[in-house]
Amino acid sequence: MELKAEILLPGGPANGRCLALTAPISFWGGVDPATGTIIDARHPQHGRNVAGTILALPGTIGSSSASAVLLELVHAGRAPAALLLDAPDAILLLGLVVAREMGWQAPPAFRLPAAKQADLDGLKLAISVAGMIAAG
Amino acid sequence: MLELTADERAVAAGQAGEAAAMAIRIVAEAARLMGAPRLIPIASAHIDGALYHGDSGTLFAEKLVEGGARVAVRATLNVGALAPAGCAPVRLPPHEREMARRMMRAYEAMGCEPSWTCAPYQAGHRPARGTDVAWGESNAVVFCNSVLGARTNRYGDFLDIACAISGRAPDYGLHRRENRIAALQLDVSGLSPALRHSEVFYPVLGTILGRTAGTAVAVIDGLQGCASEDRLKALGAAAASAGGVGLFHVAGVTPEAPDAATALGGAPPRERIALTSDDLAAALARLSTAGPTERVDAVAIGSPHLSLAEIDETERLIAGRRLQIPLYANTGRHVLAPLEAQGRRKALEQAGVIFVVDTCVVVAPILPRLDGAVLMTNSGKFAHYAPGNTGYAVTYGSLSECVESAVAGRLVREPLSWS
Repeated sequence: MELKAEILLPGGPANGRCLALTAPISFWGGVDPATGTIIDARHPQHGRNVAGTILALPGTIGSSSASAVLLELVHAGRAPAALLLDAPDAILLLGLVVAREMGWQAPPAFRLPAAKQADLDGLKLAISVAGMIAAG
Repeated sequence: MLELTADERAVAAGQAGEAAAMAIRIVAEAARLMGAPRLIPIASAHIDGALYHGDSGTLFAEKLVEGGARVAVRATLNVGALAPAGCAPVRLPPHEREMARRMMRAYEAMGCEPSWTCAPYQAGHRPARGTDVAWGESNAVVFCNSVLGARTNRYGDFLDIACAISGRAPDYGLHRRENRIAALQLDVSGLSPALRHSEVFYPVLGTILGRTAGTAVAVIDGLQGCASEDRLKALGAAAASAGGVGLFHVAGVTPEAPDAATALGGAPPRERIALTSDDLAAALARLSTAGPTERVDAVAIGSPHLSLAEIDETERLIAGRRLQIPLYANTGRHVLAPLEAQGRRKALEQAGVIFVVDTCVVVAPILPRLDGAVLMTNSGKFAHYAPGNTGYAVTYGSLSECVESAVAGRLVREPLSWS
């Protein structure tokens, strides 16, 4: 298996197990900024943890503080290893833009259609700088 | 493809200092991600980013201050996590309190006005119709677009202050005229005039608007002569918390809608919905989570922050009586100062009103922790956020019902026909 994902925000190569969410999520109120645990009680992946995963997001619900939660996860060392988004979300990704400006190690973000995300759930993945996704 | 001007490139390269460079790089990255072709100058900003969510936000603001950041345009501040103007105490642990205080101080050090309110448009910040601005806080965004006719997208944390420092915003979305045309038409003219003239109707209508429109632009028909500024404020706040509404029009009332046809850009709407009493009953039911109980532990009003006119009305309804349960009146310093000067603050506090100023009861831990507690409110926005953020179940009602319940110490309902 090898997939090519469009680069939204570049970064180093990323490795991790894929956590493919099955419903859109609001980071503010949905993910604990201190731990990375999904705290939205109505979300199907409630209780899972995003830290260190290749996090695949079929959609995002745009709270204007989503960027603050993602920045806090990066600062706390609890961010995903990479983000795969169905569509670019400027508010969420701004957390990574600011993390880079702060000189903190920020994960890369790529665009991958939701239809291709589901098959990756649970797999160990390696993503190259150019956005090539391979099992690994 | 984003193109920056020579001046913008020079600022991004550091010609105007480190913080100015960081700010314009952030704005340019957001523009690139959203597919904006250029940046446009803005006339003002309203900053929602000074509410503490964790230490990283404080460190970001302090890095801007260290880099010499100053806002290039008028910038008011939304609520913070503390209440420096006094009033209700906020229960934050010492570390969080210190970091929240440092964050608020950093934003003030960049030249932002210490307005600390989610209703800046009633605290003297009213950009002119047609001007581009960068505002955060969903209710302020929707009011700015809809009632003032200025142009803004929903600016989230970090981007709001970056726009204020650079004086620029990405040119996309609601900054562009073609995206401000209504696609939906909501007709409320079949509902009774009495209902359309009552304040309790507007958060319910806003909830329907938010759930129906999502992020689409709608025009509401049938509110001519009914919709005051405070009612439009309540409508917009409910719409922006129930959905992603950034702009709505009211035919014959708001500046870009002299009539419905103009708001629709001369084209037929994608969808036309005539509101019925069933729609209202469903939306009304969604606003309350407490179920059939007479229990009320506290009343909270003022999301968005109360105007002086809303305090006047509350005072008139209290009519010198003593409240059995606390009524939290959330407002800004722009309202507290005249109340104080007129000697009214003390009298209201003696009656049992607790003023919450510079912040509010759903963004800061202010309400006492109680098992099974019920909060009564006349705010659609409080009704939406209170259960998740405070742990209180919610009972929605009119301002008059809120005051009567606070006086009686239990739920008091008044007859009103929802049709």
